[in-house]
Amino acid sequence: MCWCGSNIASTVDLDRVQKAVEKLTNVVHVEQNKYTCSEPGQAQIVAGIREHNLDRVVVAACSPRMHEKTFQRTVAKAGLNPYLLEIANIREHCSWVHTSVEEATPKAIDLLRAAVAKVIRNTPLTTSTIPVEKRALVIGGGIAGIQAALDIADAGHQVVLVEKEPTIGGRMAQLDKTFPTLDCSACILTPKMVDAAQHPKIRLLTYAEIEEVGGYIGNFEVTIRKKARSVNEDVCTGCGICWSKCPSKAPNEFDCGLGERKAIYIPFPQAVPNKPVIDRENCRYFTKGKCGVCKKVCPAGAVDFEQEDELLRERFGAIVVATGYELFDHSVYGEYGYGKYPDVITGLEFERLINASGPTGGKLKRPSDGKIPKTVVFVKCVGSRDEAKGFPYCSRTCCMYTAKQAILLREKMPEAEAYVFYMDVRTPGKGYEEFYTRATEEFGVNYLRGRVARIYPKGDQLVVRGEDTLVGAQVEIEADLVVLATAMVARRDAAELAQRIGFSYDQYHFFTEAHPKLRPVETNTAGVFLAGACQGPKDIPDTVAQASAAAVKVAMLFSRDELETNPMVATVDEGTCSGCEWCKPTCPYGAIDIKTIEERVGKRTVSRRVATVNTGLCQGCGACTVACRSGAMNLKGFTNEQILAEVEAICL
Amino acid sequence: MAVVNLTEIVRNRKEFIDEVEKHGGKNVNSCYQCGKCSAGCPVSYAMDYQPRQVMRMVQLGMKDKVLSTSTIWLCAHCMTCTTRCPREVDIAGVMEALRMICRKENRPIRERKVPLFHDLFLDIIRKGGRQHEFQLAARYKIATGNLFQDVDLGRRMFFQGKLRLFGPKVKGAESVRKIFEKCKELEGDVQ
Amino acid sequence: MRYAYYPGCSLEGTAKEYDLSTRATFRALGIELEELPDWSCCGASSAHTTNHLLAVALPTRNLVIAEKQGLDLVAPCAACFNRLVTAQHKMEQDARLKGKVEQVVEGEYQGTVKVKAVLEVLATDFGVEKVREMVTKPLKGLRVASYYGCLLVRPPEVTKFDDPENPTTMDALVEASGAEAVMWPHKTECCGGSFAFARVDIVEKLSNDILAAAKSNGADCIATACPLCQANLDMRQKAIEKQFGTTYNMPIYYITELLGLALGLEPRSLGLGTHMVESLRLLREKELA
Repeated sequence: MCWCGSNIASTVDLDRVQKAVEKLTNVVHVEQNKYTCSEPGQAQIVAGIREHNLDRVVVAACSPRMHEKTFQRTVAKAGLNPYLLEIANIREHCSWVHTSVEEATPKAIDLLRAAVAKVIRNTPLTTSTIPVEKRALVIGGGIAGIQAALDIADAGHQVVLVEKEPTIGGRMAQLDKTFPTLDCSACILTPKMVDAAQHPKIRLLTYAEIEEVGGYIGNFEVTIRKKARSVNEDVCTGCGICWSKCPSKAPNEFDCGLGERKAIYIPFPQAVPNKPVIDRENCRYFTKGKCGVCKKVCPAGAVDFEQEDELLRERFGAIVVATGYELFDHSVYGEYGYGKYPDVITGLEFERLINASGPTGGKLKRPSDGKIPKTVVFVKCVGSRDEAKGFPYCSRTCCMYTAKQAILLREKMPEAEAYVFYMDVRTPGKGYEEFYTRATEEFGVNYLRGRVARIYPKGDQLVVRGEDTLVGAQVEIEADLVVLATAMVARRDAAELAQRIGFSYDQYHFFTEAHPKLRPVETNTAGVFLAGACQGPKDIPDTVAQASAAAVKVAMLFSRDELETNPMVATVDEGTCSGCEWCKPTCPYGAIDIKTIEERVGKRTVSRRVATVNTGLCQGCGACTVACRSGAMNLKGFTNEQILAEVEAICL
Repeated sequence: MAVVNLTEIVRNRKEFIDEVEKHGGKNVNSCYQCGKCSAGCPVSYAMDYQPRQVMRMVQLGMKDKVLSTSTIWLCAHCMTCTTRCPREVDIAGVMEALRMICRKENRPIRERKVPLFHDLFLDIIRKGGRQHEFQLAARYKIATGNLFQDVDLGRRMFFQGKLRLFGPKVKGAESVRKIFEKCKELEGDVQ
Repeated sequence: MRYAYYPGCSLEGTAKEYDLSTRATFRALGIELEELPDWSCCGASSAHTTNHLLAVALPTRNLVIAEKQGLDLVAPCAACFNRLVTAQHKMEQDARLKGKVEQVVEGEYQGTVKVKAVLEVLATDFGVEKVREMVTKPLKGLRVASYYGCLLVRPPEVTKFDDPENPTTMDALVEASGAEAVMWPHKTECCGGSFAFARVDIVEKLSNDILAAAKSNGADCIATACPLCQANLDMRQKAIEKQFGTTYNMPIYYITELLGLALGLEPRSLGLGTHMVESLRLLREKELA
């Protein structure tokens, strides 16, 4: 029994517990430690086993999530099967949730009695091994996915990088400059895009989506839908004649709809692969049945109107999810015009308007009339830190990108005035605070502390009304352009993807890491790792760091040829199984199959259908044991008998 | 503003905030001082403190100070602030609550004419069951001594048939009077 | 269609044309109104700044009467409407308060009556399209700024009516009447409300902002659905013009007056002509009256 310093000992009277436990049948020896997880504490367990010739051990301490593995290794050192150990959680389940010793002590005794009742029914379990498929799947071709793919590939492993857009590059490709160094986003990103495309170990699948994921760590089976590009990638040379001749136009998604592209297009000049795609919804050939100009002009004969979606089935040992983010839709803000004022734009739209590859060729012109703005107002925390209309969380990147945009504005157009409405300026990154200081001191950006109450049109301008809370007065600015720093939010299909792969997400649909501090790139599903803003709002440096970390996790996994399996899996007593098949649809992992067995009844041989468990797929959740009506299904390590013994020990 | 001795004030903060919330002000502690309320407040320009500052004073427990502001009396109750607050604080409700507390404790009032108007308004209802605009205007003028305010307007309204010299008759006036009495009994000050 | 009708105190006095025009317009559309028997004041705008319980009890007395009448309740005055729905909302949220209020008003409140603003009845219950079909004298050439004020739309979770930042119900009715609904940004800005007595200066400043916005966006007139708004913009307009050295001469109509006109009713029967800012001249200029 562990004191855990004073964590347990101050709320549970362990001497009283010891007296009660010593009286239990089967209990031979009881002792206490200040820190059982310490080396002397573990040594005492080993000594105890040897001295008293013990064949079962109960450790009453913290949650098994903390130290079950530690103590399993400890008892194994003394020669016991590690599964002959039970943990009684008297910290999280007892001392931490009670304040009264009088309440906590009897509860600790109950928990120990249950653990003892269970442990005497424990049987030795042995692990088996499964082979590892040393190929990684990276989902999402933004900077996170690219970095993870490059690192895994450089470690010598095969990677398939799946991107649903026609090109890799993601959001970073849309940005103009990056903070805090103001280097051109494309200049630092495109070399990595090219590296990814040319790496012998990386296979790019753009314009492709994940259809289905089965299997388990080391052995995922993934179906990928390669959408019909209508262009044969193997033949196309990317010469560009098709899109220069195409007569149909559509808003360019890459420019946030501010500019136009053709129906056959590459999203931006440095697209990787440099192979166009036909947007069938806007293509005259597909909508009206006639045109086909692209096909006629293509010197390589690459245009293929008949191309269909292709389903690829691949095996992977690990998955890195790097699906990125979307921007908050500010049309819920009636006070900012419901997204209907053309000159109220998002930060990302601003990036496109000042970018040389953008719709205005890098000259900042406002969307409504192409006028060059003289007064630009930036509004921070739109959709973030706002539980009424958006999300309560801080979107983390907006303070910095707003400072950057204001600097870029003042740098390009010193005659233009920049105003930033903020609630706080959060700059916790290397060189960030210095960068913000430059915005105010060197570039003369006007920072105003307050949330904007309203934006409304007046003539061809927009009146922005806020409070300068430091002065304590209402302020009004007649602006030519308003830039909203809209929050990073989870992609709208994030939850669906998480369900398809089988890991968890939070209330905002960001993917959940296995531990907020100590396991930041793993999910709760073994073999599935996270990188970038799909896990929470993140800037480029943090995204790249997390992507490399995820790659290391994958490389670690691939450094082994075989993985130990969890022995706590379901097992079928074929004698009592009635073959009703109820367990089969209950299993979330598809681990149960039905097989036919033959047995002798009297003098005849009859065949009968029974359930069987694929121990590689079974995750030990126990759902089948509850569904089983004849009690034939049991979970090793948590058998029905063991659970009932625990219940009886507490209740009887 | 003089130095605010927080040691003293913060001790009674919870009690004061509870009182404000009891009188209908919601989520006082949620305010994070973004100023969106004050930015959109139509009357803010006439107030001595911004609505945001009033919220802060309540959070800190600066009861004496906050109850002496003109802001709490100049709130027009248009509810723009309450509607837009990102923290779902009912700022207009807090203003109402502060007025009620101020009156309950018979504290000096910054914008005396505002509650005077409300008192006369309610007195007429209490006695007759319905409002009577002519009487309200006349009594307000007498009480403020400003007999010539809007005389010309009144004359024109009278000739347009918009000012009735005699108040309405309500059969249930008695029951309205009883409502006032019971409210006073249950909640203290009514006027 | 039949409703209980709660005119409220203003409609017996300064806003009598709102009463006349509401009754006349509803009659012309075939909507029956049954005045709430023995109604009393809802307490606006004074009770809610004075006593929490009184602010709920005064409207509840009328709600209890309406429940006996068994009809949904139309409250043309925006302030009355707001107090009535606020009382309902507060009692819905707080059962203890409801008990206390029932004790005060000596009656049981069930929550069975739906309180509606005139705009909601016309635009939603009756229907904009049906109004359009019944228009016989379209208000061609009239440019109307629809002014909703505060109390119809705020707070939205209580009023549950239209949009708090850019409501459109009245604009739709204006369009149905054949007039042009002007796009303008001050639809729900505050006019100063009950400060008409204690702080005339505030009313004048706020109302001036509204009149200026309507004018600069090309409106000939403003339509309202609230006696307080109408009174501030209409009665104070002369003083505002003097104070700010400007001229508006902008008639402030009730939406029901405009609709009644478009339905072919006599201007006098709608109370037109009793406004402080001459209201018939503009209509005559446009050959609408």
